[in-house]
Amino acid sequence: MAGNKQQAQNQAKIFSRRAMILGGLQASLVGTLMARLYYLQVIESEKYRLLADENRINLRLLPPSRGLILDRFGVPLAANFPNYRAILVAEQTKDLEQTLGDFARLVPLSERERNKVMRELKRNRAFTPIPVKEDLNWEQMSQVELNLPELPGISIEEDQKRYYPFAGLTAHLLGYVQTASESEVAADADPLLTLPGFRIGRNGLERTYDKSLRGSAGKSEIEVNSVGRIIRQLSRVEGKPGADLVTTIDIGLQEFAQQRIAAEQSCSSVVMDIFTGEILAMASTPSFDPASFYRGISGDEWRSLNSDMFRPLTNKTISDGYAPGSTFKIVTTMAAQAAGISPNFSVFCPGFYTFGPMRLHCWKKEGHGHVSMADALKHSCDVYYYDIAKRVGIDAIAEMARKFGLGTVTGIDLPGENSGTIPDQAWKIGTLGEKWYPGETLVAGIGQGFIQTTPLQLCLMTARVANGGYAITPRMFKRYGAAGAGQEQPVLTSVNPGQGADAAPLMDVKPEHLALIRRGMDLVTNDQRGTAYRRRIDIPGMEMAGKTGTSQVRRITMSERATGVRKNEDLPWPQRDHALFVAYAPVHQPRYAISVVIEHGGGGSTFAAPIARDILIECQRRDPARRNPNDEGGRREMP
Amino acid sequence: MFAMTPMGNKQKKVTLGEKLLQLNWSLVLLVTAVASIGFAMLYSAAHGSADPWMAAQMKRFALGVAGMLVLALIDLRYYMRFAYAFYAMAFVLLVYVEFLGEIGMGAQRWINLGFIQLQPSEMMKVALVLSLARYFHGVDWEAIGKPWVLIPPTLLAVAPAGLVMKQPDLGTAVTLMIVGGAMFFAAGVRWWKFAVIIALGLVGAYFAWNSDLLHDYQKARIWTFLDPESDVRGAGYHIIQSKIALGSGGVWGKGFLQGTQSHLDFLPERQTDFIFTMFAEEWGLVGGIVLLTLYSMLVLYGVVIALRCRSQFGKMMAFGLSFNLFTYFFINTAMVMGLIPVVGVPLPLISYGGTAMMTVLAGFGLMMSAYVHRDTKIGRTGREEN
Repeated sequence: MAGNKQQAQNQAKIFSRRAMILGGLQASLVGTLMARLYYLQVIESEKYRLLADENRINLRLLPPSRGLILDRFGVPLAANFPNYRAILVAEQTKDLEQTLGDFARLVPLSERERNKVMRELKRNRAFTPIPVKEDLNWEQMSQVELNLPELPGISIEEDQKRYYPFAGLTAHLLGYVQTASESEVAADADPLLTLPGFRIGRNGLERTYDKSLRGSAGKSEIEVNSVGRIIRQLSRVEGKPGADLVTTIDIGLQEFAQQRIAAEQSCSSVVMDIFTGEILAMASTPSFDPASFYRGISGDEWRSLNSDMFRPLTNKTISDGYAPGSTFKIVTTMAAQAAGISPNFSVFCPGFYTFGPMRLHCWKKEGHGHVSMADALKHSCDVYYYDIAKRVGIDAIAEMARKFGLGTVTGIDLPGENSGTIPDQAWKIGTLGEKWYPGETLVAGIGQGFIQTTPLQLCLMTARVANGGYAITPRMFKRYGAAGAGQEQPVLTSVNPGQGADAAPLMDVKPEHLALIRRGMDLVTNDQRGTAYRRRIDIPGMEMAGKTGTSQVRRITMSERATGVRKNEDLPWPQRDHALFVAYAPVHQPRYAISVVIEHGGGGSTFAAPIARDILIECQRRDPARRNPNDEGGRREMP
Repeated sequence: MFAMTPMGNKQKKVTLGEKLLQLNWSLVLLVTAVASIGFAMLYSAAHGSADPWMAAQMKRFALGVAGMLVLALIDLRYYMRFAYAFYAMAFVLLVYVEFLGEIGMGAQRWINLGFIQLQPSEMMKVALVLSLARYFHGVDWEAIGKPWVLIPPTLLAVAPAGLVMKQPDLGTAVTLMIVGGAMFFAAGVRWWKFAVIIALGLVGAYFAWNSDLLHDYQKARIWTFLDPESDVRGAGYHIIQSKIALGSGGVWGKGFLQGTQSHLDFLPERQTDFIFTMFAEEWGLVGGIVLLTLYSMLVLYGVVIALRCRSQFGKMMAFGLSFNLFTYFFINTAMVMGLIPVVGVPLPLISYGGTAMMTVLAGFGLMMSAYVHRDTKIGRTGREEN
């Protein structure tokens, strides 16, 4: 018994000791837990707090609405149009097939659209809205709205799409918007570009003024749960809508010009205010529908636009270079005067010009007889220009051409401008590695050979003749609308500075030399023997002065000349002459300059001049000074 | 709180009334306090609603406390007498679910009795403590030195642990081994034997790793524990999200019902295994330490009862049960803090669910019985000693 008791006491003692040891172990483990808690909740707390916010707070960008593009009178050229689309939230419907089927009875869904929806539904979580059908029309939308109770999961959502009311009439000027490519997103720091479906300006004014039109993003902080479902909005900062862009375009004139040239296969025309460089109309045909780019153009459509012989995607007024032909005689005449040749200097034209072993022909086989400088312009006598070009030399001609804005980009606020080519001796050595031949000077004197000019450059040249030698810069920017305060402001120049425009610099030419050109151009259209007399404007006060041009794109062989030069109508389209015409009006108080180029269109006076005449008449009829006397400060006197 | 009435050495019959007075009401209060924290958290987990969790949990708790008090009044000797029988029953049920368990979610661990889902592995925790207590009660201090004497209790512990591991329920299996080991230690098994066992355990773990005893997802959990950031969206998600929720709670917490991570579903299983995380997110370091302290007090209560108990059976049982409680809450909290792998052990009295609560409340009932009958002398076979 005593042993038993002894043992029991022994056992209890050991138990107590061991229990204390284990208790100590437990205590230290609890201490570890508390230390860990302290570490997580105090020392590392800041880090986890950040992670927790990252977990639950999503920053969403709110796209601003894109600025409108307006014509000079405020008519919208590019606008935003509400786009109603049907969206489907999968988790709100029990039977997807049924819902889609019911929907398709109201709004037809193609097999492709249906498959796309099913694909998207598989890729996304059940609460993510999937677009089912874009661009619902009013009728479809009301049908769907009416039947929403029978369409669980379907709802109507509104956003904005870009809309060009004048479609093809303004396509080349405005460009279009498209979703940004990956490289564009990478190159641009603007977070807006990361928004799926956000579109940026891709061409034309949409591209030049993209940053101002775009506006700035708003932000919305949204609390989401672990699967991304939105719980609530924590904060919201509205973005700034894009600035409205008021352009210099007169949409009425633009419409007229574009329609006037629409019958031509490939033609372009620019109308400019000679004092400010403002473009009133810029037409290029054929055109395209910008909406197809917005929708996402199909491969076939893109290929057919791209491979079209008449290049509908090209704005020919700024991107195409043509030999200016006789319109270039303006430059040659100026160069001759600058070189000291008197306006009375006379040349006898027998119908050809002999230069060494070569015989160069005048366009008039029987010759013009004795011609003076102004008459040379009137008749567009080639022989006269061969002669003075030889006397002046190519470098002087090129220098004069550059003064008028040829051979270099004009600086118009449109992307994709072609600089054209004004050749001289250095140019030929540099580009072709050959020396300049004197015969080439003669050809250059009548605007053929290497010379290439864009229709815009020809218009600018004419404007600078008409405005008395001010080096204006063509532009389409007029001002920003009210929303656009503080946008990037382009530098504007004008003959009459003020209203935010700087003074346009004067060209280094003599006013009396320009006056002779104007007199010659007046004779072209208003003298009975002028090359474009039959295309004159005979409305008093609206008369124009112009210069014709027919530029050859093929070589006429000796044998062909002997047997008779083939008529344009008998040639395949790409071998026909370009028809050109430049003009300004009204002849006594010039205000507008125009150029018309019909690619492979035949004779300038026959085909291009009537177009210029009609557009100038319409332009003067629509004269904004007459419609709104306060707008431009009335008519200006010649400087 | 731990003041106890000296009773003297003399055996005497105690009436039911006296027994009721002697019950550790302070322990009941402590248990209720912890359970109430659980109610509040279940209310918060349901975004401020009694349904679906809090109300059900309260009913269970009321039922459990009643059962606990009944158990507390039963004479300690009955427990000793029926220890092996209870163990046998729990073991049979374990085997039964093992064969039945192929159905279900890959881990069918319970038997549905209609009114309660009986989880044999939980029963086994209590049964193991009881049977080990009974075994060691009858073994001399000298006899414990002999290796063959340790073979039966080792089998008692290892056999169910193996079965539970196979279920597979790593958390409970580990708990059984740890509790068993603690009781071996408290019984006076020599230190070096533990060293041998631990060495053998490591070798065993090595082979277990290379056999199919551990499921792939269990291995993945262990790997993820070692490097949680390696698998943010997959298996490591739970640990990372739990640490984020905890850490973002800070010192004072985000406030009741304000835990963003828990309420936005970033925190997995916030009403069960990860309820401590939610608590610490809303109540911060302060709340966490208070709760850990409350648990420690409960464990200490068990240890004190064990020390005050006269019979070796009572000591061993009370200590084993209190150690079981400790293992429970330690594994749970350590796992949500990222100290040990996620093994799926609930937080006793707080996590939603009936089984764990029943086990723990039954354990307290038994502990209280050991306290009430602390001076009862028990013979080798469980009869009163004269």
